[in-house]
This record gives sequence, structure tokens and C-alpha cells, in this order.
Amino acid sequence: MQSSVFKMATSLAEKRVSAFQRDYTDPDRLRRLAGQIKQHTLEHLDHYLELVEKQFRKKGVKVHFASTGDRCNQIVLDILQQNDCRKIVKSKSMLSEETELNSFLSQHGVESVETDLGELIVQLDNDHPSHIIAPIIHKSRREMAQCFEREGLGDYNDEPEVITRRARDYLRKQYMEADAGLTGANFVVAESGRISLVTNEGNARFCLAATRVHIVIVGIEKILPRDRDLALFHNIIARSGTGQRLTVYNQFIGGPKANGQPHGPQEMHVVLVDNRRTEVLASNCREILRCIRCGACQNICPVYRQASGFAYRGTYGGPVGSVLSPLLAGENFGEKADLPKASSLCGACREVCPVDIPIPDLLLRLRDKGKREAPKKSGAGTPPMGIWATMASHPATWNAALRLGYALNIPHAQAFPIPALQAWCNVRKLPPWRGGKFRQWMDDRKDSPK
Amino acid sequence: MMNPIPRKDQPTRKQKLLFMATCICDAFFDDAARAAVEVLEYLGCEVVFPKGQTCCGQPAFNAGDWKASRQVVRHTLEVFKGMEPVVAPSGSCTAMLVHGAPLEFEEEEDLSKALDLASRSWELADFIVNTLGVVRWEGRFPHKIAFHRSCHSRGSGTVEAALRLLSSIDGLELAEFGEENQCCGFGGTFSVSFPNISAAMGNLKIDHVTAARPQFLVSADMGCLLHLGGMIDKAGKQLPRLHLAQVLRDSLKNGGLL
Ligand code: SF4
Repeated sequence: MQSSVFKMATSLAEKRVSAFQRDYTDPDRLRRLAGQIKQHTLEHLDHYLELVEKQFRKKGVKVHFASTGDRCNQIVLDILQQNDCRKIVKSKSMLSEETELNSFLSQHGVESVETDLGELIVQLDNDHPSHIIAPIIHKSRREMAQCFEREGLGDYNDEPEVITRRARDYLRKQYMEADAGLTGANFVVAESGRISLVTNEGNARFCLAATRVHIVIVGIEKILPRDRDLALFHNIIARSGTGQRLTVYNQFIGGPKANGQPHGPQEMHVVLVDNRRTEVLASNCREILRCIRCGACQNICPVYRQASGFAYRGTYGGPVGSVLSPLLAGENFGEKADLPKASSLCGACREVCPVDIPIPDLLLRLRDKGKREAPKKSGAGTPPMGIWATMASHPATWNAALRLGYALNIPHAQAFPIPALQAWCNVRKLPPWRGGKFRQWMDDRKDSPK
Repeated sequence: MMNPIPRKDQPTRKQKLLFMATCICDAFFDDAARAAVEVLEYLGCEVVFPKGQTCCGQPAFNAGDWKASRQVVRHTLEVFKGMEPVVAPSGSCTAMLVHGAPLEFEEEEDLSKALDLASRSWELADFIVNTLGVVRWEGRFPHKIAFHRSCHSRGSGTVEAALRLLSSIDGLELAEFGEENQCCGFGGTFSVSFPNISAAMGNLKIDHVTAARPQFLVSADMGCLLHLGGMIDKAGKQLPRLHLAQVLRDSLKNGGLL
């Protein structure tokens, strides 16, 4: 599993680089501009939320606000029940993973079918996505073929064409049977009251082709001020995630079926979900709300490549998850306080993030918060710093320590039962201790100038 | 040709500077710090070594113990008080002074002191190229080296400056290797909190580097080399490491300039 994550993430990261370099001389300017646009929107979120609501209502879209994930699920269920919908088809939504919508709906007798190929396999396997845009990055083709065989979609066959054809056949039927389509939204434009959806499989379109009701669930941070901002954001989201110039299917949806239109859902509902986002907005990590869920930080992250998404114990893995999960955990912050530690702080994520989120700074702020609020969980495996700090702020003690360090040069000293030393020496050697030698050299030179 | 490095008899600039040796050189790699001093003095600088110095405070900063870290940073602010530039043979310690300390002092009363030190702090190669204006290095270093870009110099002038100096050295061959921008897995306390992931990252780096068959592994950060070198030695592989300053110094020596 690890090597398939590694290969796929590495290859996506390489495609990203060429996708930007091919077309732009200074891609960093795009990242900075996009970051500023999102930051501006977040800082005036109350204004833009009002505008979004107004514009949607004008077009006959029903707007709902959900303060929590549970509330969001309930609103969705209510809409479905009011419209007598028993089955829904849904396109990919990380928010629905956050709120655990599928299991909630099935508990209440609504069948919900994932239509993104990766998400479908995740659903059939009773698994979880391990990457934002490549949910089954951890699975091999063989495992996909086994899943389809088990589900009775045909004999074992792991040809990519066969897998996709079978998925298509299976999904066509689901699209026809479903009563409602549920999607997320990559962007919500305040100016015109539209959602923008990008997919590579066209499945979001199909979700709306034969259904009566369209429900959009979307985090309140997904708003963009103007239509023209989409030009920038479409350009960077595709390049950042998959290294495409543009995602294959780009939809703009601004309301239910109008009079005279032949197809489309008669009702459109947009559920704007908070689920602790306003808390994050009030924190010193608010920049993370700029995230457009492109997955670039996961692809580039050397730790994610080794550990894979599940190691992050939450909806979002990789660098974005290490920041977002502890914040979205609210009063259970402590349970996730170790996540920000799972980083060498190499800063590669910061360099690729299309909205210029200073991820390492946020990880550091969360480490500080962890130390203050959940020292046990956040400190696991971290050597205590108190004695070191005392030494390092008193030169006499520091110099004494430089002399004491020579104990490390005694044969077998590297086996001293000091946890940090052992963790170091299990896989590495320590070079000989030479504490104070440089100081000595400086002193000697002064005494006898050349 | 732009500003070739001046000979000893025509120093670039009588630049007085405060030298931060870094705790890792203080403890393990005295020759790297020594080489840095020799190189700076060769360039005509007056190198002052404030004796009270200890550590930049980064270990606790990264570990999340900002209270402990600020205690150490405050000591460092005191030790490096003044108007002179502070030069360290480490991208990582410099990043701590330039970026880390202001971050953890955001809400502190003495933020201005941290910002003042930040504005005077330089990594060695960045200082040589972008302050002293030296862009070509004299002497000779007839070896193939692999230059590891330390992550904490991302976004600074270090890597470009280091490569500029190295590639100008007579006889020096820069090895190209895979995933040059990827982290080596050191990450300070990360290396002991997540030893397995850290080692897996280190092995990847070592595989890429050794595939290019360099004679030396060189970096502007001894932290990375402490980790990579420790793994190389533990595995019984042969690949000596040098700090960038040591290459610069040895080049001058080989050319009979020092
Ligand atoms: S944090 Fe940045 S790079 Fe990571 S998923 Fe979000 S937008 Fe993409």
C-alpha cells in the first residue's frame, strides 16, 4: 500500500510542476493572488454570506445554514423526506465525509450511492478515502477488480478499461433510479449566486440529469467574491491537484430548472455548513480556511508519502489534515494534538499550496497550543525541553554541558537508556562529541595571533 | 565576469560581524564553524564570536515548547545585541532567527528585539554572495560533490548563493540527483519523535545521492548532515560529508590562497 501511495503522490507532484511551468513564468504570483482573494473573502465572510444567500434566493434556490455537521445531515434528511426521496446519487464531497452523511442517511432508510469511481470503491469496500482528490490512492488495481468481482459486477478483470466500463454501467442504473442528487461545491460565487463544480469523470453532471432535487452541501469558506475569480481558481485547482490545465468537466449551477428548460432538478437546495469553521476563523490558524482541497500538499509531503492518509486519523490527511483536524475537533482538540507533530517542517507544502497557506507556521502554532492545552498527547515522543532551556540560557552551564557531552564518546555510550538517544541511535550513529573544540580554537588564535 | 573574489591583499570590505557558531557545530562539528570563520576572514571580515552564545532556540520552538524556546531566544537576543550583521553557517538556525523567533514573539512585548535580530541575520553563503557581493570562488576543489538543499533555506537566498559559489570553483563537479528538493527527514525533534518515517525519508535521500556517485555530500546545514551522516555510517556506507564552508575553505587552501 505504501509504495502505491508513494508512486502516485510523487507522480502527481511532478505533473503539478510541469503544468505550472509550461504556462506561467511566475506561478508564485498566482498563488499569492489566489491566497489574497481567499483571505479577503474570509475577512469579510459575513458580508459575502449575506450576498450569497440573497443571490441564491433570487434564483429560487433554497438556502439553509447548518452550524454543525449533525445539523447539516438533518437538514439533508429533512429535504429528502419532504420530497419523498428514497435514493440519492452523490458526487464527491469531503464535507460529507466530515459529517459522515452516508451512514446517517442509511440509518434513516435513504440509500446513497457514491458516483466518483474512487469514492464508489471506498463505499463498496466499507473503507475511507485516504487522499482528498485520489480517494483510493492506497488501493491497487487488483483490489479494485476484486471489489467489483465481490459485488457481482462481473468476473475478475483488472484492465482499467473494463473497470471503468463496469463502473459506468453500474452507475447509469443508479442515476436513473435516484430521486435526488447531492453534490459539494468547489467554489460558491457570491456575485452571481452560482456554484462551480469540477470533476474529471462527469459524474456530478449525471447526478443532476435524472433527479428531481439537487442538494449542495458546502463549507462556508468556499465562497469567492466574483465570477471572474473563477478564471484564476479553475486554473490553479486543476494544475495543483492533478497537473491538468483544466479539470475535464466544469459546471456552473445557478439554480433549479427554469421554466422552459427541458431537464434538471426542479428544486435546488444549498446547505452552507459551519461545523467549527467560524471557530477556526477566530483562531490564529485562520489561513487554513483558504484551502481549496486540491491535494497538492499531500502529494508533495514526504511524510504523507511514507505514512499514507490513514495515519492522520481523520477526514483530511497530509499537511492540510494535520492543521485542520485538530482545529475541527473543537473541545476534543487534545485527541488530535499529536498530528501537527507529524511533520519535519520541511516547508514543501507551503511552496506548492495554490492559496499560499503558511502551513508550517500553522503547524508550529498548533504545537504551541498542544503544549499548553494537551501536553500529554502533543508531547508523546518529544524530548522534554526544560533542562535544555535552562542550560541554553546560562552560558556557564552550557559550557559545562559541552564538557559533559564527552561521556557520549565512551564505548557503548550510545546505548544509554535515554529515550531520545536511543531513538536516534537505532537508525543512526552519533559522530564523536567534540564539545567546545571550536571555542578552544578561537581562544588559542587570540592568544597567539598569526 | 562579475566581481571575481578579491585577493587577500585587497579585502572586499572591512565588515565587522557577529558569528553564531550554532550549537551543533559547538558540540560536534567544530571544523565546519572554523572553516566558516576562515572563509569570512579571508574575505576581509572582522569576525567576532560572542562567547555567551548557546543555541538559537529552535529545538524547543519546533517541539512546541515556545515558553522554553523564548527563554533561550531572549538569551540569544542579549548575546547578539548590536548593529552588526549576525552570520551563521546554517540555513536552519538563520531561519529560526529570521522567521521562527518573530513568530513565537508575535504577542510578546519584546517582539521588536526579535525583529531587529531577524533583520540582521544571515546564512553564510547568502551573506557572502548577497551582502559581500562575491559571486565567484577562487582556488580549486577537484571533486564531484552532491549538494543537499536544506529545507529551512527554502525561500531564502541560500541555495542559489551556495550553488553559485560551488559551481564557480575550479575542478568542482556538481552531481545531479533525484528529488533534490525533498526533505532528508531530519526535522530536529521529528527525527526522534518519528524515527521510522525520518529514517525512511533519509534512506530515500541517501539512495538518490549515492546513485549519482559523488565523492562528498555537502550541505549548508550540519543538522541534515548529522542525520544523513549518522545513517550512512550506521549502514557502513562510505560517503564523507562536508559543510559548504569546508569546501570553500579547502578550495582556497588547494589554490594556495590560504
Ligand atoms: S492546504 Fe493548500 S495545497 Fe493543501 S489541499 Fe489545501 S489548497 Fe491544496
